[in-house]
Amino acid sequence: MLNIFCPHCGELRSEEEFSPAGQAHIARPLNPEACSDEEWGEYLFFRDSPRGLRHELWLHASGCRKYFNATRHTVSYEILETYKIGEQPAFTEAAGKKSAAQGVSA
Amino acid sequence: MTAINVYNQRPADIAGQSPLHHAGFEQLIGKGRPNAGVRLRERKLLGHLTLRGDAKDPAFCGGVHQALGLELPVALGLVAKGETSLQWMGPDEWLLIVPRGEEYATELRLREALAGQHIQVVNVSGGQTILELKGDKVRDMLMKSTSYDVHPDNFPVGKAVGTVFAKSQLVIRHTAENTWELLVRRSFADYIWLWLQDACAEYGLAIEA
Ligand SMILES: [Zn+2]
Repeated sequence: MLNIFCPHCGELRSEEEFSPAGQAHIARPLNPEACSDEEWGEYLFFRDSPRGLRHELWLHASGCRKYFNATRHTVSYEILETYKIGEQPAFTEAAGKKSAAQGVSA
Repeated sequence: MTAINVYNQRPADIAGQSPLHHAGFEQLIGKGRPNAGVRLRERKLLGHLTLRGDAKDPAFCGGVHQALGLELPVALGLVAKGETSLQWMGPDEWLLIVPRGEEYATELRLREALAGQHIQVVNVSGGQTILELKGDKVRDMLMKSTSYDVHPDNFPVGKAVGTVFAKSQLVIRHTAENTWELLVRRSFADYIWLWLQDACAEYGLAIEA
């Protein structure tokens, strides 16, 4: 079983306490009325499914019942970090590529 | 700003009924095995208030302290003064438990101390109950029931966690040495009571008043 660090509770908890809630960092359009159908459809229905790092929303369902973000590798399932909503991830594909180019392994 | 309808939800002339009323604990007192490893007591019909606000706002923390005489606990913390306890439930949520019948006056006191602030106080007394477990074998029983580490190194007195328990969910509170409380939702109370009887069978279960 995976242990996941809840940034609110401040400790590792077993996976069964959590539920995933999809892609993170999806900003709701500030003025939905002004969106084209395509823009609104993009916001509502389309999600990324990358092979590699993905930023996801998770819910600590049996614990503090709060959402937080996680950066997870979709191949290895490794969770590299968890962070509160409103914060930015430290691990990104872009940063990973940069460090790989510099010969630094993640 | 919406008007808030604040009223005494449990007037003294209406008898309350615990979600475990049907278990008939009164009739079970003294019938368990002598020297039972787990002794159970329902702390029923207490006043439960959910309090929400911004812990980073000194006005909120100060107001709570003024109304309750308790400091807001940080993550996974549980503080108590006499029969009143305040537990961290989430980064902006606490559970306040007061003696039976004091919830309305407490709510009014909180609302007065926090007037004008962006806060919430909700009386959830009818939605949950507390089972207090004492004895040498309580920790063994908990270990069978939850994946959370209940060793005192990880779970000292004064800590409280929401977690999975018997394929269900509840809050475990470590209130004193060999004394634990389970905060159980009303709709799960019967299931948890059945589970506890089964899980405690090997240690002996005694019901206390
Ligand atoms: Zn949590």
